[in-house]
Amino acid sequence: MAAAFDLNNDGVVVIIGSGAGGGTLGNELAQKGVDVVILEAGARHEYEDFVNDEWDSFTQLAWKDKRTTSGDWRVAKDFPNLPAWIVKSVGGSTTHWAGASLRFQEHEFKTLSTYGKLEGANLLDWPITLSELEPYYAKAEAKMGVTGTNDWPRLPGNNNFKVLKAGADKLGYKECHTGNMAINSVERDDRMSCQQTGFCFQGCKWGAKWSTLYTEIPKGEATGHLEVRPNAMVVKINHDDSGKVTGVVYAEKDGKLQEQKARIVAVAGNSIESPRLLLNSASGKFPDGLANSSGQVGKNYMRHTTGSVYAIFDKPVHMYRGTTMAGIIRDEARHDPSRGFVGGYEFETLSLGLPFMAAFLDPGAWGRSFTTALDHYDHMAGLWIVGEDMPRAENRITLHADLKDEHGMPIADVHFDDHPNDTAMRNHAYKQASALYAAVGATRTFPTPPYPSTHNLGTNRMSEKAADGVVNKHGQTHDIKNLFVSDGSQFTTGAAENPTLTIVSLAIRQADYIATQMSAKTI
Amino acid sequence: MVTIYDGKPGLSRRELLKRGGIGALLVISGSAVISPEHAWGLETSALKPETMATLIQMARDIYPHDQVPDKNYAIAVKGHDEQAGKDAAYKTMIEDGIADLDKKSGDGGYRGLGWEDQRVAVLKQVEATPFFQAIRGGLVVSLYNQKEVWPIFGYEGESFSKGGYIARGFNDIEWL
Ligand SMILES: Cc1cc2nc3c(=O)[nH]c(=O)nc-3n(C[C@H](O)[C@H](O)[C@H](O)COP(=O)(O)OP(=O)(O)OC[C@H]3O[C@@H](n4cnc5c(N)ncnc54)[C@H](O)[C@@H]3O)c2cc1C
Ligand code: SF4
Repeated sequence: MAAAFDLNNDGVVVIIGSGAGGGTLGNELAQKGVDVVILEAGARHEYEDFVNDEWDSFTQLAWKDKRTTSGDWRVAKDFPNLPAWIVKSVGGSTTHWAGASLRFQEHEFKTLSTYGKLEGANLLDWPITLSELEPYYAKAEAKMGVTGTNDWPRLPGNNNFKVLKAGADKLGYKECHTGNMAINSVERDDRMSCQQTGFCFQGCKWGAKWSTLYTEIPKGEATGHLEVRPNAMVVKINHDDSGKVTGVVYAEKDGKLQEQKARIVAVAGNSIESPRLLLNSASGKFPDGLANSSGQVGKNYMRHTTGSVYAIFDKPVHMYRGTTMAGIIRDEARHDPSRGFVGGYEFETLSLGLPFMAAFLDPGAWGRSFTTALDHYDHMAGLWIVGEDMPRAENRITLHADLKDEHGMPIADVHFDDHPNDTAMRNHAYKQASALYAAVGATRTFPTPPYPSTHNLGTNRMSEKAADGVVNKHGQTHDIKNLFVSDGSQFTTGAAENPTLTIVSLAIRQADYIATQMSAKTI
Repeated sequence: MVTIYDGKPGLSRRELLKRGGIGALLVISGSAVISPEHAWGLETSALKPETMATLIQMARDIYPHDQVPDKNYAIAVKGHDEQAGKDAAYKTMIEDGIADLDKKSGDGGYRGLGWEDQRVAVLKQVEATPFFQAIRGGLVVSLYNQKEVWPIFGYEGESFSKGGYIARGFNDIEWL
């Protein structure tokens, strides 16, 4: 049965956010008998409640609180108050996510040593290596039911994948398959297998796709050591004179403020909210915000070098049928500077329904050039580019000087400028993808600009030295022993791969560390 | 309140012709915009019906889909009438915006321009105005989010209740 802890219970671990990082950490700790309270800003919707409708689902799940943007990225112009497309709901963005679950490559943990110094980039090696993380990757894959691992078959390819595969073959790409997906290809873990519904981004109504909402969280609750408190928006982390954190202040649904005491606090609000909260918790003792002696909190915001390419054919495709991210090409993920950029990128199929296609294909465009593309919606195939982007100190989350949310907390401003490496990579990918579709007979292709960020990373980065980053290799802040960061904001660099498998692996590893330190009474 | 009603107008074809049409397609009658050919009408309460008729034409010129009937464009812009009823400044913005389009279009007004290209040339002149942005920004959701237009584009919508596509053609492509 789910636990219920007293506000004054100062023995609990408080986790802020119930997504990939927070939800996993909460369950892992609960399984070890550690008492945990997860505070989640959003409401709790179970998977039966999800809707197969893009805008209705967005209204139900997305984080819509106002944010501001600046910088030269096109999102700032097209979606000035929606820099990121992420979730405010129990389960976090694992309700919306597509399920692509890839391990990072060895060199991606050592970008500074591998790529060398790059002007305008704040590259740094991770304080951990691939081999240190491998056992945790294996645990995460087993937990999430990742296809193509543990003898689970890959998913069958849908129409969109078949077009991709045909193009990949024509171009001579070697590594093209239906991916490593945290989607059941067979019934397992008391959840059914994928029914090819095609609404992965709207929450899987079958529960076939892994989400903390209906895996980690109920499992943790069943131990009697986990309480998830929805509609609880944390606005501040408190500390004592010695500098240890002592609890958090959160706003309930009606705005009433409460304080939950804590032995340990773990921040997992995704890479915009986590630094916002640390910055907003500034005090006399920590005038620049908590855990910010390095000045790196909020900096090095990464969002992956993305973009999409859609193509029209003279015959029907129906790309929206079946899994949204139905296949991958990995050949371009290698580091090969001869292409004119460092790092690499993946191609992954992607499909949007008609309403989102209209909103995202070329935001702001109108007239026949635009509408004739939509006229052939059912003849379209599409893919998404996801590549490593460069961390930059100027790309950062800051507290807005004037604007505040309903709880009086300054809203986040998200500043982002593309690094020349990002632009070179995106252009390379646009060219390759257009050639790929042309090879299968596309009559028209659309190099589509990046959407509001679904991958948000790096704003509380891991570093060996306290001067270079916010947390150590366990996600423990360099400055405050009992304060942790447990989401993608820990990433030192972004790699070419979708981030969630790595977030989950780090959370499993962090749970081991926290439990050990608690038993040893060092925190 | 805006009402869109089907099969209503109740005006004879002769009477409609007497009142004068919008092109030959839409007719203004009292506080309503009527499509005699397709038997639907849209009643306005805050905006002038002529304004609504121009908005419908403007919507089609912004997102032209020749296979989508006027009715869906009418549904897509009717929210502006509701908003205008609640917000006087908004009403002024819309009425002034439409008046400006008419002025820029010469004697016959915006709807009097026979070719889409001529009307688009007028829209290009106002593309950066808050008026145009409000119409276009609303339309990209209110037009494409109508379930009735989805089949025209070959989008099948909700699929959970039908058991997904696992047995309904998720991999039925044959031409590759
Ligand atoms: C459409 C879409 C598709 C995606 N597809 C993939 C994919 O295929 N593969 C992949 O690896 N990744 C994918 N992602 C990204 C993936 O969802 C995220 O990387 C991952 O969920 C991030 O985990 P997180 O724990 O950092 O944050 P989240 O999962 O976003 O969870 C953060 C939670 O914290 C809560 N919160 C924030 N601030 C506060 C506060 N102050 N108080 C209380 N609660 C708070 C939020 O409401 C939210 O529920 C996708 C994302 C989207 C949106
Ligand atoms: S396609 Fe599969 S994983 Fe995606 S929503 Fe449908 S059943 Fe779930």
